[in-house]
Parts: sequence; C-alpha cells; structure tokens
Amino acid sequence: MSAIQPPANRLWWKEPIEKIEITWVLIAFVWAMVLFFMMPYWHVFGKQNLANEAHRNTPEKYTAKTQEMVDKYKVREETGLNDQKIPVVHPPAGSDVYLIARLWQWWPILELEQGQTYRLHLMSMDWLHGFSLQPENINIEVHPNYEHVLTIQPTSSGNFGIVCNEFCGINHHTMVSRLYVVKK
Amino acid sequence: MAVNRMFRTCPASGLKFHQPAEALIRWNAVAAVVSLLVGGILALLIVLTRWQAVHLLSPDVFYMVLTAHGLDMLVFWIIFFEIAVLYFAGSTLLGCRIAAPRVAWAGFWLMVIGALMNNYAVLVREDSSVMFTSYAPMGAHWSFYLGLILFAVGALIGCFIFFATLSIGKAERTYVGSVPVVTFGAVTAAVIAVFTIASGAIILIPTFLWSIGLVPSIDSLMYRQIWWAFGHSSQQINVSAHVAVWYAVAAIVVGAKPMSEKVSRTAFLLYILFICLASAHHLLVDPGLTSSWKILNTSYFLYLAVLASMVHGLTVPGAIECAQRAKGFNKGLFEWLRKAPWGNPAFSGMFLSLIGFGFLGGISGVILGTEQLNIIMHNTLYVPGHFHATVVLGTTLAFMAITYFLIPVLFRRELAFPTMAKWQPYVFALGMAVFTLFMMGAGTLGVPRRHWDVSFSGNPLGFEFPGTAWLMIALFGIGGLLAVVGGIMYLLVTVYSVFLGKRIQTPGFAHVTARSGAAAPVTAPVGAALTGTGSVAHPQAASGTFVLAMVFFVSFVLYYFINWKYLSTVWPLK
Repeated sequence: MSAIQPPANRLWWKEPIEKIEITWVLIAFVWAMVLFFMMPYWHVFGKQNLANEAHRNTPEKYTAKTQEMVDKYKVREETGLNDQKIPVVHPPAGSDVYLIARLWQWWPILELEQGQTYRLHLMSMDWLHGFSLQPENINIEVHPNYEHVLTIQPTSSGNFGIVCNEFCGINHHTMVSRLYVVKK
Repeated sequence: MAVNRMFRTCPASGLKFHQPAEALIRWNAVAAVVSLLVGGILALLIVLTRWQAVHLLSPDVFYMVLTAHGLDMLVFWIIFFEIAVLYFAGSTLLGCRIAAPRVAWAGFWLMVIGALMNNYAVLVREDSSVMFTSYAPMGAHWSFYLGLILFAVGALIGCFIFFATLSIGKAERTYVGSVPVVTFGAVTAAVIAVFTIASGAIILIPTFLWSIGLVPSIDSLMYRQIWWAFGHSSQQINVSAHVAVWYAVAAIVVGAKPMSEKVSRTAFLLYILFICLASAHHLLVDPGLTSSWKILNTSYFLYLAVLASMVHGLTVPGAIECAQRAKGFNKGLFEWLRKAPWGNPAFSGMFLSLIGFGFLGGISGVILGTEQLNIIMHNTLYVPGHFHATVVLGTTLAFMAITYFLIPVLFRRELAFPTMAKWQPYVFALGMAVFTLFMMGAGTLGVPRRHWDVSFSGNPLGFEFPGTAWLMIALFGIGGLLAVVGGIMYLLVTVYSVFLGKRIQTPGFAHVTARSGAAAPVTAPVGAALTGTGSVAHPQAASGTFVLAMVFFVSFVLYYFINWKYLSTVWPLK
C-alpha cells in the first residue's frame, strides 16, 4: 500500500509513531514556540517595534496640520521632479512631525537631529503608498484616512532616501524623496 | 438521467479513470498549461525590464504586464491545475465516478470565461494595471473584478464536485477504509479553497459594485485585510495541493507510503485549522491594528501551521527513504538518496520542489511573517523572492513533476524529447533558486518590488542603491532567464507530447461499464502496477532524512537570528 492507496491497516490511528518522526515533531514544536515568543520578547526588550497608535483622519485636516508645521519650521526649499519646489522643515526635537504621501510625492522634506526622538505622523491623501526609508530599510504601509503615529529616533546622520514601495499607479517609480539627519 | 459509468484501467499504472473525469482532468490541465504559457511570456518581459541593463518595457506596459503575470500565474495556472488534481485525487485514486460531470463542465467554462475576461480587462482594455492585489482605492475596470468573481465561482463548483465525488466513493464502496493520504491532502486543499473563495467573494463583490458606482467607497485597510484572507489563503491551497503531489509522486515513483498515516494526516489537519489566519502577514506594518492581533495571527496561532510544513518536510523524504531502503539501498546514511531515480523528471522535480520550498520559501516566509522583522522587508524585493520560492520552486515545480507522470497515464501519449524532459527540472530549479536568492538579497538591501526604475533617473531627489544591490539585480535577471528556459523546456515537452506525441496503444484496451452503485470493475493492467512495490510492514528508521532535517533546522535557526541581529541595528521605533 502506498500514499495513493487507502491505508493498509484500517486502524491506522492506532499505529505507533516512529521514534525519529516524533523526535522531529517535538523539535519543530519547541522551535515554533521560540518563533512565537520572540515577538512579545522583542516588544519588551527590543527597540524596533511599531506603534499601536493610529487615528482616523481626513486629508483636509491632515494637510492643515502639515501646513502648520511647514509654516512654522521651514528652513529652505529644494527642487524636486519637474522643478517643483518642496519645503525642507526642521522641526524642534521631540515634536510631532508630519509627512504627506500623495500621487506621486512625499511632502515636505524633513530635517531631523541625530539622537533625538520625534513623533512621526504618516498618512496618504489618496491611494496606498509605502514609506521605505533607505538605506536604513524601515518600511511602513501608508493608508489614506488612517494617520499612523510612530516614535522614531534617528541614530545615524546623513542623507536618507524615502522611496515609495507600494505600487501607486503609473508614476509610482518617480515617488521618491529625502530625509536629512543632522548632527546637533 | 443516465449516469456515465464507463471506466478504463490504465495499463501502466493500474489507475482507474472514469471517462467524464478523465476529460475534465485533461481540459483543466490544458487550460492550466495555456495560462502558464501566457504568464511565462510575461515573466520574460518583466525580467528583462527589472534587469535595468536591458530595461525593455516602458513603465505603463511594465505595470500592465506585471499585473497580468501575477494573475495568470498565481490564479489561473495554479487553480486550473489544482482542479485537475482534485478530480484526480477524488475520482481516479478512489476508482470512483465523478459527481455531476455536467455541473463540473459548467464550472470549468465559468473559470475559462472569468480568466479571459480578467485578461481582457488588463491586457486589451489596458485600464486595469492595478497589480494582482488590486488594492482599493486604486480602481480597475469592472470586468477585472467580475472576471475574478466568475473564475472563483467556477473553482468553488469544482471543490463541491470533488466533495460530492468523495461521498459517491463512500456510498458506492469504491475503496476500503480511509481515503489515501494524497486524497486527504486534496481534501485539505479543497476545504481551504472554500474558505478562500468565500473571503474573495466578501471583498471582490463589494469592490465590483464600487467599480460600477453602486457602493460609495471601499476602506483601504478593510480591503487589505479581507483581500489577503483570499490572497494568502489561496497560497495555502497551493501548499496543501503540492504537498499532496509530493506524496503522490513519492508513491508512484518509488512506492513510498507515509511513515505514519497519523502524523501526516494530523499535519494536514493543522493546515485547515490555522492557515486561515494568514492575512495578518501582509498587515504587519499597517496602521490601525494592534500588536497582539498581529502577533497571534501572523504566527498562524503559535506557528502550528509552520509545524505542519516542517512535519511534511520530514515525512515525505522519510517515506522515500523507507521505500528505498526496503529495496536494498541500505548502505550508510544516504545510499537511498544517491540511488534515487534522479533521471526521472517526475522524481527529480518533486524532490527539488521539496528542497526549494523548504530551504528558500519556507524559512524566508517565517522571517517575513515575524511582526518586527517585517519592518526591514515589507514590500521590498524580499517579498517576491520569498513567494517565487514557495509558489514557483514549490508548487509550480511539483505540478510540472506530476505532469511527467500524467502524460502517459492520462493523455496516453509517450513523453516527447525525453532527454530534455530529464534535464528540465534541474534547469528550472537552478534558475529559480538563483532568481529567488538574489531577489531576496536585493530586498535585504531595500530595493522595492513592483518598481519600474530603481535608479530614479533624472530625479533630483532620487536615492542611489549600493553597487551590491545592482549586482544582485543583474544576477536575479540571469537566474530568471534560466528559469524561463526551463519553463520553455517544460512547455515544449508537454505541449508536443499531448498534441503530437506518439499514442500509446494497448492491445485489447477498452472502456468497461461499472454496475450501478458499485466501484469500477477491476481489469488486470498489462504492466505491473507502479504502486505497492515499496510496501513494507515495518519501515526502517529514516535516519538519513533526519540528518537532512537537522541541516534544515540549523540553517533555519541561524538565518532567523541573523535577521534579528540585523533588525537591532536599525533606528529605534515605537
């Protein structure tokens, strides 16, 4: 009898299990438990966890908040694709910083200070976008109508890229921006 | 209504084919291979575009082709083939007539119409380049959704035909005791399919209504959550189906029987119980869901479904080892493996599928599905790297392997180009392994998936990926081309064999009618049955397999903790 025929022993559930097989099942089970407990463990002892904080919001209100931040803390302008002027904002350490994702742009450009913590707000104005901070490789899904708030602490300085890594239509590949981290 | 009770016994394998079931299996398999052909051409175009040294297509065409490739491969090729597997595991393995063949045909044609309509929306109308996932609020033409809905209804009919066939087998006593483990695996796949298709209906019907203006809006988070209950669960149908195919090929080629029926069946049962939690994998970096929800669900409830796959990973090669040892290949730890029928593409394809699925697809899947580790991988090329290892190296290669068995048995044709067939699994597996490995490598360096231009040329704010990433992109391009060559070899062998191959003639061959309410009549097969050769009352310990399993385990543990180490260097987040 083989795997494509009914079991030879009609009472197959009473057959003993091979020692090698049961050993492997036990190893795999213990490993499964390790895999599971690593996640809560990292929430307690690890430093890279996502926030549970998110709010429903509208594009209008979110844009107004972002505009307010830009008006207060704008330090200069940079030129993006098609000669678009994009403000660079240097908000105070520890503050709430806002980033808008929209077709096909990140707005504004943030300038943060190394070693400080910020409450980073992310929301899309239209479709889904993907916040992908390079080369750190932090990737977060950005939804319309859900304002995601994360506490972020840049530990290295330099010029970072923000790539959109959720497909958002025909010009998806042009949706890229910067994030600056400066030393105090 | 008269019931067709005509059967034929395959002279080579001793399998009993019910006439209508045979036609249904053939047509579903042919529709699958046609989808694979279309999807394969699209795959070539995609590889030649993402390999930016070539950069073949313009962005609009690239995104359109990528959408169609996902659907033709992941939905149409695989599900048509799975329906064929269900009918084979139900009707043929149980020697039982298929239930309601006319309804089954209606299901088949619904699937064909759905597949055509969906391809029409994407490739002809050119206004539905929304990717396989079609995340709302990005919208496609209504025919895109309707095509998928019709296809799903057809597939659902196929599942119920399969269940009805099982109950006919039971009622007409076409088998004794319990169903074979392969059929049990097919039942697992079909049960998960019902859940999957129901989830698909729950999300695609409102989205269809939204596309024609009857529903005002679709919430993006709700869409992703329910869509993935369809999108990821359908990959679990594939896992169940290809594990069933592994058992089937092992049984057919070397006469393997499960080491323990109890363990193998319980592992399948774990799939049914826990796999439906899979949609959480895709939402690990989404707002609005709590960490406790993410952790419990992404682990498939304490990783019991991962446990199931690890069990099959031991029991399938273990069964092969026991069968080979019973044949006398008993020297040392690995004689059974060295002397395995590596020249038989059904066997080599199956074994390479098992190795590739376990080492590349399985391990990377657990890494991706870990809540915090997902932060450093979400939507990078790591994701397609992972699922090409599971769905292509795992499922597709397993289905290719069993095709080599089905051509003589089901289509009654001799295998054309036997040398090419012999090499095909190796070429395809090597190409796909290189492709997935370097894709995951590029993903680890942050290169995004579904992206036309990662050089951001002409963009003053563009980001420059490191040279290593570019090297990896070129290498996965080469791996992809090799896999395409392997795919062409498969298509040449199967299409030529089925349509132009030499017919297998058996003197005295005839269909025989079964008595009403009874099993198919037994006619002595001419050749010896392929099955039963390795039947052993007391299988010898599968020690070689255990060593292989430990190699797998050590790689898994190391790679898992390397990724935590990598995560710990990233900016703190909370």
